[in-house]
Amino acid sequence: METFGDPAVWLPWTFAALMGLSILIYVILDGFDLGVGLLMPLADDAEKDLLVASIGPFWDANETWLVLAIGLLLVAFPPAHGIILTALYFPVFVMLVGLILRGVSFEFRAKAPIAQKPRWNLAFFLGSLLAAMSQGFMLGMYVMGLTWTVSHVAFALLTAVFLTVGYSFIGAAWLIAKTGGDLQARAVGWARGGIWGLIFGIGGISLATPFVSPRIFDKWFSLPEFFYLSPMPLLSLALVGYLWWQIRHLPRPDDRRAWGPFAAAMALFTLAFGGMAYSFYPYVVPEQITIYDAAAAPESLSIILIGTLFVLPAILGYTALSYYIFRGKATELRYD
Amino acid sequence: MAPDDQIFGNYLIVSKARVGLQTQSEGEPLDTLILSRIQFGANISFHILFPTITIALGWALLFFRLRFNATGERKWMDVYVFWVKIFALSFAMGVVSGITMSFQFGTNWPGFMETVGNVAGPLLAYEVMTAFFLEAVFLGIMLFGASRVKPWVHTLATFLVAFGTTMSAFWILVLNSWMHTPQGYELRDGIVHATDWFAIIFNPSMPYRLVHMLLASGLTVAFLVAGISALRLLWGDRAESVKTTLRFGIITGAALIPLQILAGDFHGLNTLEHQPAKVAAMEGNWETGPNIPLLLFAVPDGDARQNNFEIGVPSGASIILKHKPSGVVPGLNDFVAEDGTALHPPVAPVFYSFRIMVGTGMAMLVLSWGGLYLLRRYGAGDMPTVPLVGFAAMSFSGWIATLAGWYTTEIGRQPWLVQGVLSTKDAVSDVPAGMVMGTLIGYLAIYAALTIAYISVITYLARKASRGEPLSTRRYPRSGEAEVAVIPGE
Ligand code: HDD
Ligand code: HEM
Ligand code: HEM
Repeated sequence: METFGDPAVWLPWTFAALMGLSILIYVILDGFDLGVGLLMPLADDAEKDLLVASIGPFWDANETWLVLAIGLLLVAFPPAHGIILTALYFPVFVMLVGLILRGVSFEFRAKAPIAQKPRWNLAFFLGSLLAAMSQGFMLGMYVMGLTWTVSHVAFALLTAVFLTVGYSFIGAAWLIAKTGGDLQARAVGWARGGIWGLIFGIGGISLATPFVSPRIFDKWFSLPEFFYLSPMPLLSLALVGYLWWQIRHLPRPDDRRAWGPFAAAMALFTLAFGGMAYSFYPYVVPEQITIYDAAAAPESLSIILIGTLFVLPAILGYTALSYYIFRGKATELRYD
Repeated sequence: MAPDDQIFGNYLIVSKARVGLQTQSEGEPLDTLILSRIQFGANISFHILFPTITIALGWALLFFRLRFNATGERKWMDVYVFWVKIFALSFAMGVVSGITMSFQFGTNWPGFMETVGNVAGPLLAYEVMTAFFLEAVFLGIMLFGASRVKPWVHTLATFLVAFGTTMSAFWILVLNSWMHTPQGYELRDGIVHATDWFAIIFNPSMPYRLVHMLLASGLTVAFLVAGISALRLLWGDRAESVKTTLRFGIITGAALIPLQILAGDFHGLNTLEHQPAKVAAMEGNWETGPNIPLLLFAVPDGDARQNNFEIGVPSGASIILKHKPSGVVPGLNDFVAEDGTALHPPVAPVFYSFRIMVGTGMAMLVLSWGGLYLLRRYGAGDMPTVPLVGFAAMSFSGWIATLAGWYTTEIGRQPWLVQGVLSTKDAVSDVPAGMVMGTLIGYLAIYAALTIAYISVITYLARKASRGEPLSTRRYPRSGEAEVAVIPGE
């Protein structure tokens, strides 16, 4: 089992890593554009257009990371895929409704008769809210081992709220970077509110996870590990401190460090995600099924892996290209 | 491991991996089965509407863009700017409904991936990696990049998006065709393992299905473009760009429909070879034999196992399927088990939907060739009112034919999910029926609302353009030309 020369070991491991990477990229990228959607009601009419313009060219590609993540779960760990998704049947439905509402509102709000625009703006906000809440809820349920008991649901409802606020924080951080003037100043204000979601969300999950199972507890609190792992929480604290300080001093006159909060938020999401991955490894269904038991046949996995090695760098490359083309402060979106 | 069963509360199916897939057939799961089928059918039907438009519209936009690059005529860019909006709207609808699709496998059909995941998985993964990202990333540049990048980059982005939509059609149709005509695999412990990827990808029905679907998309777009242009002419819009697109729609439609009829015929012959029961249902033929008529209309009765009312062309089916009147055509009664259970698909839905598809195809033939004649005679600007109304009425006819065609294909495969390998009832999840019912109602309500919103926004955009509001005030440099300064006052 421990030999990494054995394809039945390194293939599942590689795919778990790839899946983790896509989930992380999804949470960061769609996190900021869902977050921008959550901030819609706070903006006035002209600002709303800018909010949407700041994410317009990106949102579709951002959501594709979710499709990739769920696709990898489905192709690499078929039994786990069925178990997780049937256990989360209803929250998945809510998320899908949210994503549908949001995705179409992008288009409809700009194309429908002007009188209907407020309605689509509302749909855009509600869609973002449903998607963010249900994702937070699923995160909480997953941490609790996918069991529907009252206390687990209560915990999941809390994570739902915190992830939503967390998304609105990273959304505000994006706006600080991508807008200027009054809107930027207001985005800084929104970030001041949102940071609490980040603190409570990450803090809550970090505190709760070790108590879900003795196995996870031991992974963190047995002796040499504890010291190796301590940079993680310390770094997180430092990042929170940095964010705290930044959002009291932004925006600066020459727009220096406008990207600071977004970069720090990305780092924080990454750390939190890494911690969770460490806790749950090697399980894909918490405490139930390991990635090695759930893996698809090695010959099928290797055929995907070959493709991935060629395609993933290309995807990352042209995604970067698109962020480069639409760099700078957001301006009105035009089809011509 | 019984204690673990509680762990996931009501919904759990861990047992499935353990107990094996064949466990659920009696009792409550049946309701879940029916509801899950309706839900899946509703979701995929809604989804397919939009790819059908975007696959071909992407290429049409590339054509418009290239015409502009070549001629520099303003009208081509007007055409582009108008239709790219409809593309964007359709694309968004396709994406959100597609995301729903990718979750459906897990939420409603866990047995599908557990049994055939080793084949379906890589195909879906390649779709995401080679198609979805390509489309999604370059879509942003295609839609909003015209003023930010060089003309050739914008042209390239348009090409890549069109190419991406076609790639996703390719991969998903490989999978779907494999479900109809599986090969290149072996069963180990009831699980499908891939043995020959070439055989899996180039399975017998794939080329036919791919060609037929791509042509279907082309026809859907041809009639949509012709229909919306006709509508604008009827509203008195005499812009060059509108006449151009009417011409474009009619000529494309007229060129593609004979090809589609031919491809459909070949497709049917291929199905006869691999899925004779489906063809028997399409023809509404109960007894195997020679001189089987081509039924133009009939009322098949599945319980009495006969047709109640028939109008047909004598020996027609034998001639089409076997190319001679004495050709022997399979009948449904050959596909009944010893104990009397039918091993063939339900007849009526397959029979009717096949006729709806072919009927729509014939209507397209008449209208587009008639339109071609009128185009030569009167020109696009002076087309008489009646044919214009005809085109406007047929704007969404491609949708009807496409849905009818898919119902024929998919219902015709029942009771199998993967022909001969996995039956539909063995793949369904055991989510409680009430839950599936609730989500089904939710989806249906959203889909109905969105379809209405979609059609009304397209007509609204057409109406707005007809009122002469300028589509664009920008000046466009052609490929190769130096960037031209923006017109003053903008
Ligand atoms: C604009 C759309 C359109 C039009 C005008 C037609 N079809 Fe079609 N047809 C489709 C769109 C389509 C489709 C939606 O694309 C299907 C479903 C699955 C597939 O591969 O193509 C299909 C399936 C399909 C099948 C079932 C294949 C199977 O068994 O899996 C047959 C036999 C035909 N078609 C034959 C025809 C004939 C003889 C036509 C003559 C008029 C025709 N189609 C017109
Ligand atoms: C190409 C990808 C496709 C795949 C992988 C696929 C897969 C499936 C699956 C899993 C089922 C079983 C569920 C059921 O019986 O309802 C099914 C049935 C069905 N599908 Fe497809 N499908 C595809 C394309 C389509 C399209 C494009 C349409 C229609 C527009 C369609 C229409 C249907 C219908 C109506 C059923 C119901 C058949 C019945 O239950 O009697 N499918 N398909
Ligand atoms: C069960 C079957 C299917 C699944 C799971 C599925 C999944 C998806 C997903 C997830 C997307 C969104 C991609 C993005 O984020 O950009 C999508 C879009 C798309 N799908 Fe499907 N799909 C299915 C059936 C089909 C069929 C039958 C076709 C056509 C023959 C098709 C053609 C497309 C195309 C061209 C797109 C691009 C987006 C668009 O133009 O709307 N899909 N699909």
